[in-house]
Amino acid sequence: MWEIWQGIIAAARLLVTLDADLVEITLRSLQVTLTAVAIGSAIALPLGAWLAVQRFRWRRAVIATLNALMGLPPVVVGLVVYLLLSRSGPFGALGLIFTPTAMIIAQVIIVVPLIASIAHQAIRELWSDYHDLLLSLGASKRQRIATLIWDARRALLTAGLAGFGRAIGEVGAIMIVGGNIDHATRVLTTAIALETSKGDFALALGLGFVLIGLALLVNYAIHALSRTEREGRW
Amino acid sequence: MSAILPARAEGLTVRRRGRTLVGPVDLDISAEGLTILMGPNGAGKTTLLRALHGLERLAAGRVLWGMPLRAARAAQAFVFQTPVLLRRSVIDNIAYPLRLQGVGRAEARARAAEWAGRVGLAQALERPAEVLSGGERQKMALARALIRSPQILFLDEPTANLDGRSMREIEAILREARAAGTRIFMATHNIGQARRLASEVVFLYRGRVHEAATAEAFFDAPATPEAAAFIRGDIVE
Amino acid sequence: MRPILTAALMLLAWAGLAQAQEKVVRLAVTTSFHNSGLAEVLLPEIRRDLGLTVQLLVVGTGQALRLGQAGDVDAVLVHSRAAEEEFVAQGWGTHRREIMYNDFVLIGPEDDPAGVAGAAGAAEALQRIATAGAPFVSRGDDSGTHRRERALWQAAGIDPLHASGRWYREAGAGMGAALNIAAGMGAYVLSDRATWLNFGHKDGLRILFEGDPALFNQYAFIPVNPERHGHVKADLVAALEAWLTSEKGQRLIGVYEIDGQKLFVPNAAQEGSDG
Repeated sequence: MWEIWQGIIAAARLLVTLDADLVEITLRSLQVTLTAVAIGSAIALPLGAWLAVQRFRWRRAVIATLNALMGLPPVVVGLVVYLLLSRSGPFGALGLIFTPTAMIIAQVIIVVPLIASIAHQAIRELWSDYHDLLLSLGASKRQRIATLIWDARRALLTAGLAGFGRAIGEVGAIMIVGGNIDHATRVLTTAIALETSKGDFALALGLGFVLIGLALLVNYAIHALSRTEREGRW
Repeated sequence: MSAILPARAEGLTVRRRGRTLVGPVDLDISAEGLTILMGPNGAGKTTLLRALHGLERLAAGRVLWGMPLRAARAAQAFVFQTPVLLRRSVIDNIAYPLRLQGVGRAEARARAAEWAGRVGLAQALERPAEVLSGGERQKMALARALIRSPQILFLDEPTANLDGRSMREIEAILREARAAGTRIFMATHNIGQARRLASEVVFLYRGRVHEAATAEAFFDAPATPEAAAFIRGDIVE
Repeated sequence: MRPILTAALMLLAWAGLAQAQEKVVRLAVTTSFHNSGLAEVLLPEIRRDLGLTVQLLVVGTGQALRLGQAGDVDAVLVHSRAAEEEFVAQGWGTHRREIMYNDFVLIGPEDDPAGVAGAAGAAEALQRIATAGAPFVSRGDDSGTHRRERALWQAAGIDPLHASGRWYREAGAGMGAALNIAAGMGAYVLSDRATWLNFGHKDGLRILFEGDPALFNQYAFIPVNPERHGHVKADLVAALEAWLTSEKGQRLIGVYEIDGQKLFVPNAAQEGSDG
């Protein structure tokens, strides 16, 4: 209990003084995660819609695989991405290992199955509503996907936020591919792991509270923004 | 504009899980008029309409339009018994078919507003479609179907479950559309509505065309005992 | 769709900008070195003197050498002599340069149930733990500290793996995490002195045995071989090595202290030795 209090105090101190290191790693956390979620959504939303719309032989298998990959251990993703991006790996020449870009790549892999699965669920229902009309109007495959994504945007926002939630709190993968280098690839979660390993629980907990606050802030902001667009249940 | 009519269905057959729902049906669709498709529940009216429109996979047969299939599809429209509501405003629902054809947003919305006015939805343009009443929803679906100026419009019991006023308004819209040259092919089980609107009647019985005649001939002197019983209001199985 | 893509591209551009940097060297160091806090004294001085940013990858010795082998870092600073010599012998590193040493200490609960405080040497201390069957936390992560711990057990004539899961607990964790675990279960643990002094969660633990020369802990700097990995910044690494072994670098290492205790003894030979 005492340590939780110290954590709250540490968080308050970091915030009040606007600690330069804290601002830096918080911004980097946001940068990496938002980029990963944006890229992940650009891949996963059309993928989810496509899986809802398209009938093909291995469709069920692909959907089941996607659902299973939602539970993909980030450490494994991190290790695979490390081996691919390592200087001795196939993409080593790009020099991406231990950079924010490598962290973004790992997080994209982690969030795509999650976002695509949730998107697929939401869009599948909408598609059963829209199916006859869109066929009757002769909508092309591309138009069907675009319509479904647009009209399911509220539910898809939730999918995106779920991806954000998974990515912002993720430490295993980005620790491996980012290396937790101070002023280069250190983010909130890896800083928390570091402080914990140093036994500075108060600071670690303080950073944890900052992380939770950040996640709340982003969620509130997104909801506030989407509300202004149009009132109504959709 | 080249014409998709007259059209002809040959040996049209729809099966599902080994059961024949419709067919084989041979049917001529003339260039003008308003055809009412009648028949007892389960006769296959909905399936036949969908098959003609191309929404059903055919087990056999074909529909021959006056132009290649792809172009023919674009010249048709369909109004479902339960209107499909896009999760958008009324005006965006009505504008949607134009947007699919690549019409710019501003122009599509302007034309949609005009159509909304014609069907009596001018006050509801920016409301979400789902808050509309049953009659308003069907009128919106009609405007959405007519906005592309289809050469033929299929309707599947569009006034089932609607109150009398909505029914009258929808029938007025259909008369107007017919007067403007739209060929109408509509299923209904409402005999009064059929008498009011039909220029010809197709009587479907157990998945087949049992009788096809002009409206006068059909109602005055039905050729089959089943049709006669149906018109009298007897139960026909 | 389009706004999402635009946002993604903008964020990527931002990521790219953040990466546009000047002179950077990547150095894999052990957790024990990093936890000492010495890096926070040395790195700013290096930046001031050489205009060089040293990016530290804090990992165990095993992983540090793997990173060097893969060419993902430009040099390593580790403390496990046998592994280091093999690394150089296989051609992954150019040479091994000793920089400094510190020492390991045996940490345990204040009441010292195994009575290691009175032991004559490290071997005897470990024998007492084994005899008492008192809980002992091993790093279990193939780090330099872990390798040293295994060597000490061997010297004591004990194979603790027989007791694995009973009193011998392999944590598979870094030094700090292992200390956390030891504090949590009132166990003995071998730690480098630097990490111990900087550790913030001592919680009933204290140093029970220290000073045996068998516990000395030599750190060495190994540049990754540019013949194996053409992209390593050999010239910057050479400058870094020269600085670490310079009179100034060695002095800064020697005067570094926590709570009035000196942590490291600088012992760089003035010419590079080939290990």
